[in-house]
Amino acid sequence: MAPVDYIPRIRDNYARLGYKPYNWVANADPPPWTPLSKPLSECRLGLVASGGIYATGQVAFHYKDDISTREIPADVDIQELRATHFAYDVSDARKDPNVVFPVDPLRRLVREGFLGSLASRFHTFMGGIYSARRVTEEIAPLLAARFREDGVDAVLLVPV
Amino acid sequence: MGLVARHVEAAGVPTLCMSSALDITRSVNPPRAAFLDFPLGHTTGKPNQPELQRKILADALSSFEAMTVPGSVRALPYRWSDDEGWKDRAFAEGDERKPRHDTPQYQDEEDRRRAEAGGSPSCPVCRS
Repeated sequence: MAPVDYIPRIRDNYARLGYKPYNWVANADPPPWTPLSKPLSECRLGLVASGGIYATGQVAFHYKDDISTREIPADVDIQELRATHFAYDVSDARKDPNVVFPVDPLRRLVREGFLGSLASRFHTFMGGIYSARRVTEEIAPLLAARFREDGVDAVLLVPV
Repeated sequence: MGLVARHVEAAGVPTLCMSSALDITRSVNPPRAAFLDFPLGHTTGKPNQPELQRKILADALSSFEAMTVPGSVRALPYRWSDDEGWKDRAFAEGDERKPRHDTPQYQDEEDRRRAEAGGSPSCPVCRS
C-alpha cells in the first residue's frame, strides 16, 4: 500500500477543529549539500530528535509553543529517558525510547565499527512547532552552533 | 526537522533525516532522507526489537556514503505489518492532540519532583 498522505489528512483535521489552514513548508529549490569528509567508520555522529524526549531530572516540555531544547548526555542510562508530546501516541516511546531516540542501536553500531563515535551529548526538542519561522530563525541556528561545538562529522535527525 | 537539516547542512555538516511522512519530507526537501513506512511515533523502529532497530539504523546511515544527489529520499525495506490497515486509520478521525498546557508535562510525578528538586544526581546536565 502507498505511504500515508499526511498533508491532506492533517489539513482536513485542522479544518474540522476550526483552525486556520496550515502553511506547509515547500522548498522547491535544491537543498544545500556537504559531502561526508571521511568514511562513516571514522565519523563522530551527532543526534537530534524531536519526539519530546527528556531525561528524568530535567524540566519536561510543555504543550504550548515550546521551542526549548534539552541536552542529553551520550552515556545516559536508557531507563532515565522520558517522552512527552501533545501530538503523537507516546506509549511505545515510553516502553522503549529507541523508537524515536535510537541511542542503543547507535551505540551498537559504534561497538561494531560501523560508526566512528558518538558526540558527547545529544539534543532533543518537541516537534509540532506551528511556526516554521521560529524553527528556521531560532531552533535551527542554535542546533547548528551546538553541533559545531560538539565537533561532529555528520548529524542524524529523527523527527516524529 | 527538514528545516533544521537544511540549516545544519548549509553550515557545513552533512545530515540525514529519518522520515515517517514521505509527503511532508518531500515538501520540506532536506539534503538526505531515509523513509521508514511505520506509524507516527516509530521513526526508528518497533519497541524492544533491538535487531530490527540496528538494521534500520545501519541501512539509513549507509545513505551518507551512498547518496550523491541533494534531495534524495531512500525508502527503507521494512513493513510495519502484513495488514496495512493502520494507514487507513492514521488521522482518519482526527488526531488525539492533548490540550496545549503551558506548564511542563511530565511522564510521571517522580520526574516532576526530581526536576523541582534541582535535577537527577546521576545526570550532570539535567541540572540546567
